[in-house]
Amino acid sequence: MNMRFAIPLIIFLVIAGFLASRLRGGYDPHIIPSALINKPAPEFQLQELRNPTQTFSPKQMRGKVWLLNVWASWCVGCREEHPFLIELSKSGGIPLYGLNWKDKREDALAVLEQMGDPYVLNVSDFDGRVAIDYGITGAPETYLIDQNGIIRYKEVGQLTPEIMEKKILPIVMGLNK
Amino acid sequence: MKRIGLLLFIFCFLPCLALAKEAKPLSNDPELEKRLMALSEQLRCLVCQNETLAGSQADLAEDLRGLIREQMKAGKSDKEIVAYLTDRYGKFILYNPPVDPTTYLLWFGPFVFLLAGLVFLFRYLKQRRELITEEPLSAAERRRAETLLKTAPGKETA
Repeated sequence: MNMRFAIPLIIFLVIAGFLASRLRGGYDPHIIPSALINKPAPEFQLQELRNPTQTFSPKQMRGKVWLLNVWASWCVGCREEHPFLIELSKSGGIPLYGLNWKDKREDALAVLEQMGDPYVLNVSDFDGRVAIDYGITGAPETYLIDQNGIIRYKEVGQLTPEIMEKKILPIVMGLNK
Repeated sequence: MKRIGLLLFIFCFLPCLALAKEAKPLSNDPELEKRLMALSEQLRCLVCQNETLAGSQADLAEDLRGLIREQMKAGKSDKEIVAYLTDRYGKFILYNPPVDPTTYLLWFGPFVFLLAGLVFLFRYLKQRRELITEEPLSAAERRRAETLLKTAPGKETA
């Protein structure tokens, strides 16, 4: 029995399988692996959104596990994500901080007024420099930062209950041990 | 008919005209702009990933170009600027992938395939040569071949 005729078929199946996995496996080529996972969260000092005379810096969060959510009023995905963030803040698990990215102060405040404010605090990154430090490619993006100021996880795109449960919470559990 | 075609053609391009943005103010140092363009040709725009940072109109690309311009003005070398960017965005931002363990497959994969193909080819040819064993003609066959060759073409009969 000569199996040689099966070779093209096998090659075809391997290629088809590879292509199918990339199409169906939730693989998004726009998501580039972050260079900052397990590295210290870049330091910054930015003015607060609600209270511009005050500044906030990640240093102040030492000893806490927290989420930094990058958003803007002009970002449609952020608005879609907003209701879940509110839910998240109500559950009171992890403190959520916002980095308001290249936004106008009054626009950002209007969104928080209209849709509710899930953030403990927001900082304004008017020129987007801090966002670049964090390797942002587009809003929304969310970082999980641990007690020592190390970035443990980055979600590109909207947070969902599923991502929270399956990806972020297990890491948080590990950190709180 | 021709006119309608022309009109359609013009209408097709109208949106481009409407969307054209005003040129961003460049720095007044043409040398630096040249250097900026040369460097950003080698970097990937992170929003539309098949574009270089030089060619992209995305906001983020503009920000990054601004940042590179600033760093160049501050006297940083191209190498330092690239290091700054790869620290934040990873090697993905480089259009020319560096040779390192994560890209070995990319760089050397084609040669591996080439080598595999050559090995396969040689083995196949060798095997084929073994299959074709040349048997010498018997005396009778030789005579018959000679007569066949001697007969002029067209004359031979079955």
